[in-house]
Amino acid sequence: MNLLVIFIGAALINNFVLQQFLGICPFVGVSKKVDSAFSMGMATTFVMVIAAMVTWLVYNLILIPFNLQILQYVAFILIIASLVQFVEMFIRKVSKPLYDALGIFLPLITTNCAILGLALTSVLKEYNFTETLIYGIGAGIGFTLALVIMAGIREELELVEVPKSFQGAAITMIIAGSLALAFMGFAGII
Amino acid sequence: MDIQSILIAAISMGGLGLIFATILAIANKKLHVEEDPRVTEIMDVIPNANCGGCGYPGCQAFSDAVVKGEAPADGCPVGGADVAEQIAKIMGVEVSKGEREVARCMCQGGMKEIAYQGEYQGAQSCIAATLVSGGKKLCEYGCMGLGDCADICPFDAITMSENRLPVVDNDRCVGCGKCVDVCPRDLMEMHPISYKDRVLCKNHDTGRYATKICTRSCIACGACERKCPFDAIHVIDNLAVIDYTKCKHCGLCSTVCPTEAIEHIKKKKVKKETDTDKLAETTT
Repeated sequence: MNLLVIFIGAALINNFVLQQFLGICPFVGVSKKVDSAFSMGMATTFVMVIAAMVTWLVYNLILIPFNLQILQYVAFILIIASLVQFVEMFIRKVSKPLYDALGIFLPLITTNCAILGLALTSVLKEYNFTETLIYGIGAGIGFTLALVIMAGIREELELVEVPKSFQGAAITMIIAGSLALAFMGFAGII
Repeated sequence: MDIQSILIAAISMGGLGLIFATILAIANKKLHVEEDPRVTEIMDVIPNANCGGCGYPGCQAFSDAVVKGEAPADGCPVGGADVAEQIAKIMGVEVSKGEREVARCMCQGGMKEIAYQGEYQGAQSCIAATLVSGGKKLCEYGCMGLGDCADICPFDAITMSENRLPVVDNDRCVGCGKCVDVCPRDLMEMHPISYKDRVLCKNHDTGRYATKICTRSCIACGACERKCPFDAIHVIDNLAVIDYTKCKHCGLCSTVCPTEAIEHIKKKKVKKETDTDKLAETTT
């Protein structure tokens, strides 16, 4: 039950993008097409889950025994950067079209604050290993969800006549705001 | 903090880094992707400015497209003939020598020629001026003279003259087309460098009104149309338009134009251009 609460909490109630405002850059940047938004979400989820596990291991097996919690930022950034490098090589090998579609945003996962945020909050909340894992999956799903919803709306938007003063960035911001408002509705679930 | 904890911190962080580096090194070997070596070779010869002038989102995408055969070897406008030759060599194809295109402002209505509708004191940008009132000049087709084209040009090829009109330096212009995109009145156009005759006006107003607001505008009198021996210039919607499939660049139309709205580049300038062309041919 506790795990389910953590999962839903990470995916919906405290959605990383729409409630905690982490990872806004890919949220705006890769949400033009549903396909690439979904792939980006999956790549980020993959990195998030592995990053959550590895950071937990490093934090609990290396940083705490040596009393080096102060270095958690450095260690986490190191882990995330290496992971992204790895994922980049992996995707390039497995699926060249996906690699091309993600383009510049794949290396940008390195600086995606949602992932560092995930690692830091799971330390802060003192989750155990399983909980951290579920938390990572939930956060990744939530991130994907936000991206795909946004992309879906923006695809529809192509067919709509937007007033001139709202075109481009303005309407995107408005949509993002309304989405965040909508996600506030989940607040009472648990 | 004693020396021991510093050492522990350094060693543990260094160790972590080392472990990850090893994993990445192994992954790099295991997950190595065979890439067409020609892509990297092309990347080496093109300017790598990522300007997007070729229509692809960056130099890497352009190189990929060339290797796939989607983009022509002379597709990089910045590199010019020089680079096109090298790419063709890498790809093992003959390159059709396309003519170099340069930008040209199709308006002569500077500060001296034009009538004013008032003062404009807003942001000094053509796009901003279009949003409010279209600047201080009365002509709604002409150059506003605030220099967005000169600002955006990545190669410093466009300067604003004292008369507040953009002047393109043909030697510096690489034909990336950024000024064409930025001009809110679509006055910048790309033309092959050999074109000598151009109608330097975009005003569709009737002749009577056009003469009032600008001394260099096309007044749709039709003198050029009657003079042209090749049926290449026509007045369409109150504006003379040259049909370049028929135009022989004789310059007769420019001799009869009462407002000098048609430009004919004189021999001296043309000679200079052919000289640079020859130079480019000999160097490649």
